This record gives sequence, C-alpha cells and structure tokens, in this order.
Amino acid sequence: MPRGERSEGAGCLQVTAAASALRRAVDVRLAAMLVALVVIWIALQVATDGLFLSSRNLYNLSLQGSAVAIMTCGMVFVIVARQIDLSVGSLLAFTGVLTAYIQVGWADAHPDAGWIMSIGVGLGTGALVGLFQGWLVAYQGIPAFVVTLAGFLMYRGAAFRVAEGQTIAPLDDRYQRLGGGADGSLGVTWSWVLGAVACVWVLFYVWNTRRERAKYNSEASPRWLDVAKIVIGCAAIVAFVAVMVSYPNRAKMDDAGNAPGMGIGIPVLILIVVAVVLTFLSHRTRFGRYVFAYGGNPEAAVLAGVNTRRLLVLIFVLMGLLSALAGIVTTARLNAGTNSLGLLAELYVIAAAVIGGTSLSGGIGSVPGAILGAFIIQSLLNGMVLLDVASANQQIFIGLILIVAVKMDVAYTRRRTT
Amino acid sequence: MKMSRVLSALLLVAVLGGYRAAYAQSVVVGVSWSNFQEERWKRDEAAMKAAIEKAGGKYISADAQGSNEKQSSDIENLITRGAKVLIVLAWDADAVLPAVKKARAEGIPVIAYDRLIQDKDVFYITFDNVEVGRMQARGVFAKKPSGNYVFIKGSPTDPNADFLRKGQEEVVGGAIKAGKIKVVGEQYTEGWSPEVAQRNMEQILTKNNNKVDAVVASNDGTAGGVVAALRAQNMVGIPVSGQDGDIAALNRVARGEQTVSVWKDARKLGESAGTVAVQLGKGKKAKDISGTTTFAGGTKKIAQTSMLLKPVPITSDNLDVVVKANWVTKAQLCRGVSGAKAPAACK
Repeated sequence: MPRGERSEGAGCLQVTAAASALRRAVDVRLAAMLVALVVIWIALQVATDGLFLSSRNLYNLSLQGSAVAIMTCGMVFVIVARQIDLSVGSLLAFTGVLTAYIQVGWADAHPDAGWIMSIGVGLGTGALVGLFQGWLVAYQGIPAFVVTLAGFLMYRGAAFRVAEGQTIAPLDDRYQRLGGGADGSLGVTWSWVLGAVACVWVLFYVWNTRRERAKYNSEASPRWLDVAKIVIGCAAIVAFVAVMVSYPNRAKMDDAGNAPGMGIGIPVLILIVVAVVLTFLSHRTRFGRYVFAYGGNPEAAVLAGVNTRRLLVLIFVLMGLLSALAGIVTTARLNAGTNSLGLLAELYVIAAAVIGGTSLSGGIGSVPGAILGAFIIQSLLNGMVLLDVASANQQIFIGLILIVAVKMDVAYTRRRTT
Repeated sequence: MKMSRVLSALLLVAVLGGYRAAYAQSVVVGVSWSNFQEERWKRDEAAMKAAIEKAGGKYISADAQGSNEKQSSDIENLITRGAKVLIVLAWDADAVLPAVKKARAEGIPVIAYDRLIQDKDVFYITFDNVEVGRMQARGVFAKKPSGNYVFIKGSPTDPNADFLRKGQEEVVGGAIKAGKIKVVGEQYTEGWSPEVAQRNMEQILTKNNNKVDAVVASNDGTAGGVVAALRAQNMVGIPVSGQDGDIAALNRVARGEQTVSVWKDARKLGESAGTVAVQLGKGKKAKDISGTTTFAGGTKKIAQTSMLLKPVPITSDNLDVVVKANWVTKAQLCRGVSGAKAPAACK
C-alpha cells in the first residue's frame, strides 16, 4: 500500500498543515466559544432531564438574552476603542421609562402613531445621552470610566424622576410585540424565509471570500473546509428556525388544541439586524477599521490622520442608541416601565463582551463573539433557575465563569504570541 | 482666606443659634431619612410634616442619601439643631444603633420608622409586614385553596422579604402539610426587579410544563413580571398577589389580571408617626399612647413599644377604597377596562 510506505514524519506534517490551514481559515477563538456554549448546553440538558433544550425553553432563552446581547454588540466597539461604558444599565432604565411614560401620555392624543413616536423619543434620547458622554470623553478629556460612572448614577436618578418612581403600565399592544410575547414573533412562514435568506448569505459569503482571495493571489482555504462551513452554517440556521417554529403559540391555540408555531421572536430579529449592521460596520466601513486601528494603537491612529475625537463620540452615540433599543425591548417584554429596569445590566454586558473574546486592552473583539458571550451567561442564568439553584449561588457561579473565560483567553493570547 | 473662613464659621453659628431660638417654643421633631430615592418617602414626608404642624410641633429633617456615616452625623446634627424627639428611617438598622443610643442618653425619645431598630427604648412604628404576607396568601388562597403554588419572594438582602414569606406560610402552611397545596417553585428576586421575577417565572412555568395554579408574589413590581410571563403562556387570570397599591397593579386588579394588592397607605404611616412624635416630645409615656402594642419579633427578640398599622388588601371587590382615598383617579384605575367583567368601581 503506497500510504503505508509514508514515513511517520510526513503524516505528522500533513496533519499540522491541515491544522494550520484550519487555524488560518477559522476564527479559533470563536470556535472555542461555540464549543464552550455547546458543552454548557449539553451539561444543562442532562442536568434538567431534557428540559433545557426543549423548544419552549430555547424560545424563552432567545428572548431573555436579546436585550443584553443587543447592548453587548455596542460594548464591543467601546472596549475595542479602549473605552468603557458603565452607564448602559441606568441608561436602559432611563430611556425605557421615558418611552413608556411618553407612550402612555400620548396614547389618547395619537392612538395610532403614539407608540411609534415614543420609540423615536426613546432612541433619540439614548443617542443624545451618548453624544453628551462622547463629547465629555473626547473633547473634555474626562476618562470614560469617570464619565460613565457618573452616568451610572445620573441616569438611574433620571429614570426615577421621569415618573417619580411609579411603574408605568400597561403599554400599547402593538409595542408589546417588540418584546416577544404572544404576538411578538415572525410566525412559521416568515421564519423559514429568514432562515433561507441567511443560508443563501452564508453561501455567498464563503464564495465571495474565496473569490477575493483568488483575486489578491492569497492562499485559498481548502475546498473541504469551505464546504464544511456552508454545511455547518446552514444546518445551524435550519436547526434554529426548526426549533423556534416547533414551539406552539398557546395564545392562538384553537379548541382542538392545535396551535401555530411561534417562529423567531421579534427581539431576536432586532438582535440579528443589529448584529448584521454592526458586523458590516466593523469590517466594511472606514468607521469600523478606524475603531480597530485606534484600539490597537491610538498614537499610530492619530499620526495616520484619523479624527479620533469624532470617532470616540460616534462610538458613544452608538452605545447610547443600543442601550435605548435594549430599553425598548425590555419594557415591551415586561409590558411596563419601572426605574429598576436594567439593574446590573452594565456588568452582564461587560462580562458578556469579555467572555466573548473582547480584549480589555483594546483592539480585539468581534460582534458574533459578543453575542455568544451574552448567550453563554444567559444560558447559565436560565438553566440554574430550572435547577432551583439559590440566587446567591447563581451570582457566585457567573463570577467564576467570567474568571475562567478570561483565564482561557489570556492563555490563548500568550500561546499565540510566544 | 483664613479670615473669611472664620467669618463664615461665625455666621453659620449665628444662623444655627437663631434656628434654635426660633424652635425653642414648640416641640421640634427631627426626622432622619435614609434616602429619598424611592417615590413613597415623599408621600410619607408630606403627611408627617402636616401631622406634626397640626399638633403644634416643628418639622426639621436630614437625608442620609444612603450612607451609614451620614445618618449618624445627621442624627447628631438634628439634636444640635434642637430636636426634642427623633424619627429615624434607618438605612442600616444595626449601624444606626450607636447614634440612637447617644440620643437616648440625652433623654430624647426615638421612633424607628418603618424599619425596625432593635433597642428596648425605641418606639417602633410600621405596617405589619407579616400581616401583609398573610393578606397576600389569604387573597390567593381564597381563590385557589389547593393545587400547585409558586412563591416569588422579595430581595434576598431585605429582611422584609422573609417577614412576608413568614406571613404567607402561616396561611398556607397547613394546606401544604396536608398535601393539598404543592410548592412547585420558590425564588428570591434580586433588588425586587420585575425583569428578574419575569425570568424566574418563565423558568418555573417551563419546569412544570405550565402546571401552576396560583402565584404568591411579594410585591406589585414582581407581580408585574409574573403576569408578563403568564401572558406569554396564555395563562393570565390565575390568582396572583402583590403589595404597595402601585397604580399599574391596581389597574391589573381592575382588569382581572391580579387578585390582590395589599395596600399600605404611606400617608397614614407618616401621619401616625408625626402624631406620636409630638406626644412623646410633650413628655407622654410611650405605653400611654393609644393604639400601641408590644413587639418582640425582631432577631434579638427585644420587647419594644410599637404601633403596627393594618394594611388593606385591595381586590376587585373593594377598588373604590383607593379611589375614595385619592390614591388613584378612576381614569387611571380603569384604563382599558370594559364590558361585563368590569368591577363595580369602574362602572
């Protein structure tokens, strides 16, 4: 047999060549996180006797994680640019209560468009607050840690002042859809349409990468790897849609007990849109490249002529906007605006970004990683309640996971540089 | 620079001295607030101030802004400013003790307002939190005397959360032992946060495949989270309890989404404390004030003279109570309520 004649050394070489091709073509960090998520899911599935991976729990999980994940996408940009934002939880509460307050106040005067206008006010306020914070950081030279720590206090107080601490409920039925709930999903048909579009996009993305590499005479990744990417990507999308569709919408159940499938929740749709837009921003626009350039080496970015001040302001505006969006999703889901919304959210958001591979020393981070990080935390929170873990122990466990995640990241970075 | 500092210090002394002289005639009641972050203390304050002035006293106050150190120095300052009796809403019931003991040493009566300060000479005035818990459980139990119960408790750092749970247990404990009621879920709610309550309720529903018959939630915020979780499962209408008389919660009661909200009229508490304070300041013995009992339910089991006000459970049958008390307007209460199922108060 010709193969048997090969020396051991050559075989080993072949394996390492394949491994290095794999390493070049796949984001190892992202892959490791995916593996971690899968391991956690399997562990929880076993521990809960099959409850964790039921369509119902996965649907709930997708909604529970959306608000934090939306903010985490923005936090990636903030941390990559060597900044921090501690005010996101308080800002979520402020814009959320403001949106609810205006919505209820305008409900009678504008029965049709009042809820849309309230969303506009909420998002606008978030962006303005971001503008203010960015200006303080970039043009007044106050460190972001201090500006947003002050914001953490101020916006929580402002959230209280909006309605003097009252809980504002109920909210508009149409608005509530943005939070998931009974009418807040795409339904079966549109979920599959979205899934198909996503699948086509994966196909296009892989093909396009290949074509560009060929254009620049760069070494193309092996064909089998591209096929594997497409197959795994599409399989994951189909599995996700299938699970979401198989969860029956109990609110629309007929007398015989038949109910249409829920499909993808609106908050998840919002998250997907945010993720796609921000991924595009980070890879395909000057803004994104500047953010990473600045985070990697601020002095070099300044010398290269990047308007770093404007850049920082834009990053904080983006963060403010996403905090407000998360506020809308949260209030819509809860069907109420209260000043205690988003307690501890800043910590979960930062933890999710860090677990998702965003480096606190700047320059490194990705949107998909951040979303994975958010869902790792949410999966643990979700699973531990199913297991009746006491709330104090839940907090201890999440803290430990954060340390383990960063430790692994440190180890990975060190191995790569030495 | 130095000169101006000395001058301003002198000026301050003069001003403070003036205050003292002005207050010398009537009973000065010094009130030390823990923090004004929550809406309700403002309502308490207005009622308290009115009651003190009506009884011929003077109201002075300080806000500790959530700091133990500031509360201790606030209490000293209030005494310096001429307070003859103190009302203390403790930020931390143990940390405030040294300052309270100092005031007692000067012969100044101290009233622990809403939060227990464990000292045999301190007068304790509050709504009976164990009774609130009983009322919550009673409201739910009356609608559903058997089946699967869920308990959504308050913040793990708030002693009141356990008082409430204790009262709830007193009502349903027997039925639980008899096997008529099964507890299928019980979780604390960090920071009393509605979002956390919603998530916990979703998980409990998932775990039990929706086989839940009643929910005893410890306040209206968490009840809101519970109802949101129930709505997603088309289960709104099963008994749910709460407390505080939040406008949103009273509206839920009117809509039939929540069974009971135990209402503690903060104004009544403020008013009672103000009246008691002036009486104590005029030299009346604590035990001789009408409506007092002896409370020894704290962790140290110290017997203290106290006044425990009765809360009122608000259900769809007595919603008119909150409207008549000007707590809510009829429009706020009945928003979105229509048709034959509307309670009497909305017709």
